[in-house]
Amino acid sequence: MQFPASPASPASPASPASPASPASPAATVSTVAPPPVHAPADARFFHYAGARAPERQRRIDANGVGLAVYEWGAADAPPVLLVHGALDFARTFDVFAPLIADAGFRVVSYDQRGHGDSAHAALYGWVADERDLLAVADAVTRAPIPAIGHSKGGSLLIHAIEALPHRFTRFACIDGMPFRSPHPDTAMHEKRYMSPEIISNWLNHRHTAASAQRKPSPLQDIARRRARLNPRLSHDWLCYLVTQGAQHDADGWRWKLDPAIRPGGFGPMRSRWMTDRLPGFPVPLLALFSTIAEPMGWDCTYEDLVPYLPPSARGLAMADTGHFIHIERPRETADLVIDFLRT
Amino acid sequence: MTEFLPHGRIRLALHRLQPARAPGAHPLLLLHALGESHAAHPAFSYAQWPGAVHALDFTGHGDSTIPAGGGYSCEVLMGDVDIALAHIGPATVCGRGLGAYIALLIAGGRPDRVLGAILLDGPGMAGSCAASTPYIPLVDTTQPAPPDPFAIAELATDARPPEYAAHFARLASQRSHLPRPITVCTREQPPWLQAVVDVLGGAPVDPANAWRMYASALPQPVPA
Repeated sequence: MQFPASPASPASPASPASPASPASPAATVSTVAPPPVHAPADARFFHYAGARAPERQRRIDANGVGLAVYEWGAADAPPVLLVHGALDFARTFDVFAPLIADAGFRVVSYDQRGHGDSAHAALYGWVADERDLLAVADAVTRAPIPAIGHSKGGSLLIHAIEALPHRFTRFACIDGMPFRSPHPDTAMHEKRYMSPEIISNWLNHRHTAASAQRKPSPLQDIARRRARLNPRLSHDWLCYLVTQGAQHDADGWRWKLDPAIRPGGFGPMRSRWMTDRLPGFPVPLLALFSTIAEPMGWDCTYEDLVPYLPPSARGLAMADTGHFIHIERPRETADLVIDFLRT
Repeated sequence: MTEFLPHGRIRLALHRLQPARAPGAHPLLLLHALGESHAAHPAFSYAQWPGAVHALDFTGHGDSTIPAGGGYSCEVLMGDVDIALAHIGPATVCGRGLGAYIALLIAGGRPDRVLGAILLDGPGMAGSCAASTPYIPLVDTTQPAPPDPFAIAELATDARPPEYAAHFARLASQRSHLPRPITVCTREQPPWLQAVVDVLGGAPVDPANAWRMYASALPQPVPA
């Protein structure tokens, strides 16, 4: 299916999606949202040096789940798909994406289901995330396109590109490459990730997930909590993220992320199985790796993965970077990616 | 009688197929296979069970909610069963095909609530494993539902690595008070089930014998 792009319009805070309410195909996001009520002291956080809102926003229907789609750059420029990581949202690319767009690309990103302004779904799963990703790609073009993915977004793209290599031309992976440990007893890893306590807590969460609500907080408090996951990112940047990824009501700010989504995932760690297939990865690959371990990272290094990269791939360990390489070093990362896309 | 239980944004249908015939006997919870519903369980197979007999419709099947846009996993279906067990109390769980894999997961995940898991043949037994070619199933949304075509597509290819299944078998063996918490009664034995049999040992058991064995099982003692 194809969805036409909405007319160019200035970006604005979009209305949060109603839980489990599918959006109509190609519904245009309101561009005249009322200004949120917030503390005057918070006003400065609505702007961040180098950050630029997307030129276009719209919604698409991904099999009944409404997804918020964002575009930077000229509408007739060659498209590139940009996929965010777990617990993030497209507007975390507000500095990085414009740099790619200004090099002559139409950068298309979206909020994954349950994230940002996309609809909260009844179910969340790896294949559903991949199908959503393909729905966004289809809404842009049915021709093969290049893609950029960070973290879980990179991991999703690795699997999607291996499944549908004819759909993609090249792939820039920003710290999005998981690793299958060579430990001979893989059950040891299942013990770690699927301990009785973890299983029990996950099942307990299923009993209350539908009624869970996020705790309201002042803007800077919610940013400080986020810093536990993003310890290397500046307070001002995290406050800016709150203005884009959270919503404000009478009680304070709350992340838009569906409270039913728990960090860390659950079930077989299928992302690690990709390692063995990397030598046969079917499209040109640029793989950027962080060098400083972080809570949101993959717990693996460039040295772990480099023996598995195909000969044509370019792998690069970015000195003194944490998991969010493109946020810590937007210019350097963008230059590498632009050079790769133009090759 | 059918009751509807909330599981997140899903409304699960739990059917009572038969009332308890003996006071104090614990219930039997039947889990259908891929694409089936509570109607899949023949009455003769459970008629002699002394406790109440319940049958759950998994998410996207039977009378349970069909969600938009898929997102199925066997872990979510394990959550379905956990919701049902919280409602009916500790029970013996008997699953067909896909339901057999879910019975294994819940036996390892909630050994205090599962008074034996019986694994039977049925559709959707194998799933996929790490060595399977990456695949994003195309879903024909024009198909009539239930069952949800997304459920068919996603649960037929759901990842069931052998070492992962073996881990749940070990959890059940180590944490259940029953000497044999899982009984395999299947002819079909995909890689995940072979790994489970390797952990549990023993030859396949006739289902009737498994049901007789679990019918008299007592709940796990509560620590003093």
